[in-house]
This record gives sequence, C-alpha cells and structure tokens, in this order.
Amino acid sequence: MTAGAIAANFDTARPTVSRHLQILTECELLEQKQKGREIYYHFNPGKMKEIADFIEPFRKLWDDRFNKIEVIMKNYRSKK
Amino acid sequence: MELKTKVNAEEGKNDLVITRAFELPLELLFRACTEPDLVAQWMGTRVLKMENRPHGGYQLETRDGQGNVVFEAHGTIHEFVPNEKITRTFEMTNAHFGVQLEFMEFEKLTDDTSKLTIHTIYRSNALRDENLQLPFRQGINWAHNELEKIARKLK
Repeated sequence: MTAGAIAANFDTARPTVSRHLQILTECELLEQKQKGREIYYHFNPGKMKEIADFIEPFRKLWDDRFNKIEVIMKNYRSKK
Repeated sequence: MELKTKVNAEEGKNDLVITRAFELPLELLFRACTEPDLVAQWMGTRVLKMENRPHGGYQLETRDGQGNVVFEAHGTIHEFVPNEKITRTFEMTNAHFGVQLEFMEFEKLTDDTSKLTIHTIYRSNALRDENLQLPFRQGINWAHNELEKIARKLK
C-alpha cells in the first residue's frame, strides 16, 4: 500500500501517519519498496513474530499462573 | 482467539502492564491474590509472610527437594484497599533486577467476571527487558538441558 492509501484509512493527519510509517519502517515492521514514483509499504510478518516471541514466554508464565487461579478458585467456591 | 492474558511492554520504556480477565467474581480473585494458602497454590511457592495492610510486608520462598532455596522474593505493601487495589514493591533476592514498584488494580466486570491489571515499574528499560527475557532464557536453558539428556542417551 502507498502512504496515501494507508492514510485514507485513518482520521489522523497525513504527517502523523507518515511519521508512524517511518517509525514502523525503522523498526523493520514495514518494508518500503519503490515502484516507479510511488513507495509501497509491505508488512514484515517475520519481524512481528520476533517482537511477539520476545515477550511470549513471559506472557505464558503469567497466563499459566492466572489459569491456575481460575481452577483453584472455582474448586474453592464449589467446596463452600 | 483473543488472548486472555496480555502483556504490554513498549519499546524503550521502563514499565510493563499485564492484564487478565477472569471468569471469577471480583471477591474470589482478590482472595486468590491475598490469602497466603491460595497464593502458595498458584504461585507454586511457600508464603512465609503476608501482611495485607499499608506498611505490611510479604515474603515468598521456594526450596528444591534437597532444601536449597531456589527462589526468594519479598516486598513492602504501600496501599491495600480490599477488592480494589494493592500498591507494593517486589524484589527477587539474588536477581539483579532490583526492586520493582507494582500497582495491582482489581475491577468487577460482571457478577461472575473480573479483571486484574498489574502495572510494574522498573528502575530502567534495560532491567525491565532483562526480567522480560528471564522466562525466555529459562525456556532455552530447559530446552538445552533436555537436549543434553537426549544426547547422552544416544551415546
């Protein structure tokens, strides 16, 4: 998608969208490809996965603990 | 499917937010987080001290089969409002992440569901990222150990 096409999906001012695109490109979450006069932005799923994976084991640790809370407390309630 | 537990850790910041919606009434969720015998069950650790009041303290400890302490954490409770919020510090002994400040907020969603939000602040972004990576590293270590075990069997 071009920056213009992306910006058309948001109510945000065009320069703000451009700034966001610039940051996402710097983080390698987006890739730029020049096609003639236009720059097309492509989503980089590999990088997204890398970022999600970094936090995933930490999230999983808490998710497991919280799942235990639900099990323990449901038993606790039914015992009473 | 939407994940039940979410962790939001923005790049470059020194804090993180954990949120979770529970299929439990608010009162039961709060008890699970404050009653020593219940905390012990879901945290998988012994609760040596849990003084649920402002200026109170808490202490957690886990020992292995040989009696060696493998995990020790403690903190001070700053604010304690039942079914609403707990503000406390948390520090793991022998880890170098230093002390963290935790804001735990409890919310009623419906009569049978509730939400917990934990906002944790670290002294620096580097310390936060190290703590975030800990389970990741432990996971890798575990995988390496398993690999070694399997490799030894192959010899």
